[in-house]
Amino acid sequence: MSETALAARPTTGMLRAASPWLGAIVLVVALPFVFSDSSAITIMNQMAITIVFALSYNMLLGQGGMLSFGHAVYMGLGGFMAMHMMGWIEEDGLPIPLPLLPLFAGLFGLACAAVIGTFSTRRAGTGFAMISLGIGELIAACSIIIVAFFGGEEGISGDRTMGPPVFGVEWFTSGEVYWIISGWMLLSALLMYLFSRTPVGRMANAVRDNPERAEFLGYSARWVRYISFCASGFFAGIAGGLFAINYEILTEENLNLATSGAILLMTFLGGVGFFAGPIIGAIVFTLLQTVLSLQTELWALYVGALFVVTVMFFPGGLTGLLTIHIMPWRLGRLSELMIPYAKTLLPGAIGVLGFCGFLEILFHARHAAAGDHEMILFWITFDTHGPLPWIITAVVAGAGYWLARRNAPELKAALDHASAPDRMP
Amino acid sequence: MELILINLLDGLVTGLLLFMLSAGLTLIFSMMGVLNFAHASFYMLGAYFGYQISRYVGFWPGLVVAPVVVGLMGAAVEKYGLRRVHKHGHVPELIFTFGLALLIEEVVQFFWGKNQMAYTPPEALNFTLFAIGDNAFPAYKFFMIAISAAVFLVLLTILKRTRVGLVIQAALSYPQTVEALGHNVPRVFMGVFGVGTALAGVAGVIAGPVLGTFPGMAVVLGSIVFVTIVVGGLGSLWGALVASLLIGWMTTFAKTYNVSGADVMALIGLVPPTDMSDNPFRDVWTMTLPQIADILPYMFMVLVLVFRPNGLMGRRET
Repeated sequence: MSETALAARPTTGMLRAASPWLGAIVLVVALPFVFSDSSAITIMNQMAITIVFALSYNMLLGQGGMLSFGHAVYMGLGGFMAMHMMGWIEEDGLPIPLPLLPLFAGLFGLACAAVIGTFSTRRAGTGFAMISLGIGELIAACSIIIVAFFGGEEGISGDRTMGPPVFGVEWFTSGEVYWIISGWMLLSALLMYLFSRTPVGRMANAVRDNPERAEFLGYSARWVRYISFCASGFFAGIAGGLFAINYEILTEENLNLATSGAILLMTFLGGVGFFAGPIIGAIVFTLLQTVLSLQTELWALYVGALFVVTVMFFPGGLTGLLTIHIMPWRLGRLSELMIPYAKTLLPGAIGVLGFCGFLEILFHARHAAAGDHEMILFWITFDTHGPLPWIITAVVAGAGYWLARRNAPELKAALDHASAPDRMP
Repeated sequence: MELILINLLDGLVTGLLLFMLSAGLTLIFSMMGVLNFAHASFYMLGAYFGYQISRYVGFWPGLVVAPVVVGLMGAAVEKYGLRRVHKHGHVPELIFTFGLALLIEEVVQFFWGKNQMAYTPPEALNFTLFAIGDNAFPAYKFFMIAISAAVFLVLLTILKRTRVGLVIQAALSYPQTVEALGHNVPRVFMGVFGVGTALAGVAGVIAGPVLGTFPGMAVVLGSIVFVTIVVGGLGSLWGALVASLLIGWMTTFAKTYNVSGADVMALIGLVPPTDMSDNPFRDVWTMTLPQIADILPYMFMVLVLVFRPNGLMGRRET
């Protein structure tokens, strides 16, 4: 009896550790059956690629404390390599099945990171950031000149269906490719998680927090950074290989500062302090991008503003905001937060919508064709040159801001109160 | 000879323009340890404000008013944004300024659209000052040189000769002591940030008419400015000057001499392959010096970092 109990304990512990992963597998398998139309599959593919890329970025920023402005380089280089290999499969009959391509892309990313890391990981912080920016710009600019590898302005493209079929699948549709991408996504996420649990991963955290002390313990801070950097390059390369498989084209755009900046943005929005942060960031950002860009021309402005607000007020990102609620949830006090939330978030949300409405009207008035004064916003058609819409949106924005700001301390107090473990009943 | 002379002058214009940006950036960095990623965005704002003012009252009031407005905005950013992020450390500060750069670009597009503005040099400077051979040297370029040199001299005088400069220099090295002596160090920081961004604004006003006033102008110059201060040594004003001039001349000269890779290869006795279409190294033969002029600064930076990690004149570690 007692023996079976003893034997069962480690299994339950392992089961608990594995349950998020099992849940993720079930989710990934179930999703294409729930959302089966092709646009949903396209978005999910994009999401999965972005997740791998964001997780690899967070190996640097969150776990290693290295802020990179040129991480797109390793994804892009891996992708270009995968694209060339696709060409070799087509022309020279290279016997590599398509699902294995990301591995080689990853190895190429690793090789590039291993070369560049020798001098870029000498410092963390500002020095590393500047060097990564310079290298990123250098390689992005080179891609226009070195036509043999990067294909110049138009980039390089290929055909994924030319390789040997795998179990009869020839990868014609994005639905088939989904299985490659999501499989690699799960595998790389798991490997990156396990990497963060290894002694090297732990040392990366130590070097991030206090490099001097880590050096005193006998570890070379530079060496630890170098290993993280190489591992991150490997997984970014895998993301690049997946990108090549999914889109079948790579251009300068995959290497430049805009792409590197976007990955920083979504990783930070998700929350750099948590393993799941970049995953949430990638999912939310991809959805935001898809949904908002269909609705408004100003989506990049909104995302930029959201980013600045996040950096200023919520340095933990979305995941940080979620984790605040774990304690009240465990104590069964989430219901106490309902009313303070309603009092702060509701006016806040209405105020933000009012402000966005004001911006949209202003944008329309400035940039619409001459004589075009009619605009539809929130299903209401109105004239942008009359004073009423301006006044209404401005008043709504102001009132919402005032109310939210007035009630915010109450929400904070309620949160603190609900999280306090040993309060008197 | 004439070509060399005109290139020297053109390179001087580019270099001094770069220096106006990198001086402010390096000053802010040495003071607060913050690398202001949005510095080039303030340069862009300077150009746009200068353009907007020039449409109503002409170029000259814009030269004075636009930098002041940009400087005030910079001071506000320091006071309400950076100071709040400061307690989290340098990396969040850098991320904040990066976000600010994104936001400023979007805001500029919001108000002025994506097209280039018709911002032109003032009529009074629209003549040829002198000519070297066939190459005309416009008066506006001389004006740019004069303004940049004047700004540098004023800056140097304030830093080295006045009491304000003394306090700033002291606050650089011993902020706590200076604070204990009764100076308001946060206000000094705000002032330095404001002046640094105002310098970027001046650069924007005088560069906007020649380099073009469009939403991408911050990105075009921004990375080069960072390269400049890394090459010069983070926090070193003289290093920034030397690196700016070097990079200005480097790119200007590279753009005028049409040396191709084949010429270089011929020097070491290599002949181009007969079948160029399928050779993996074909780009080595076809690339030309003007083509790679824009990436020379980055290659220079990598070389400097490998052989002299603190930059040309920097004392602190990068």
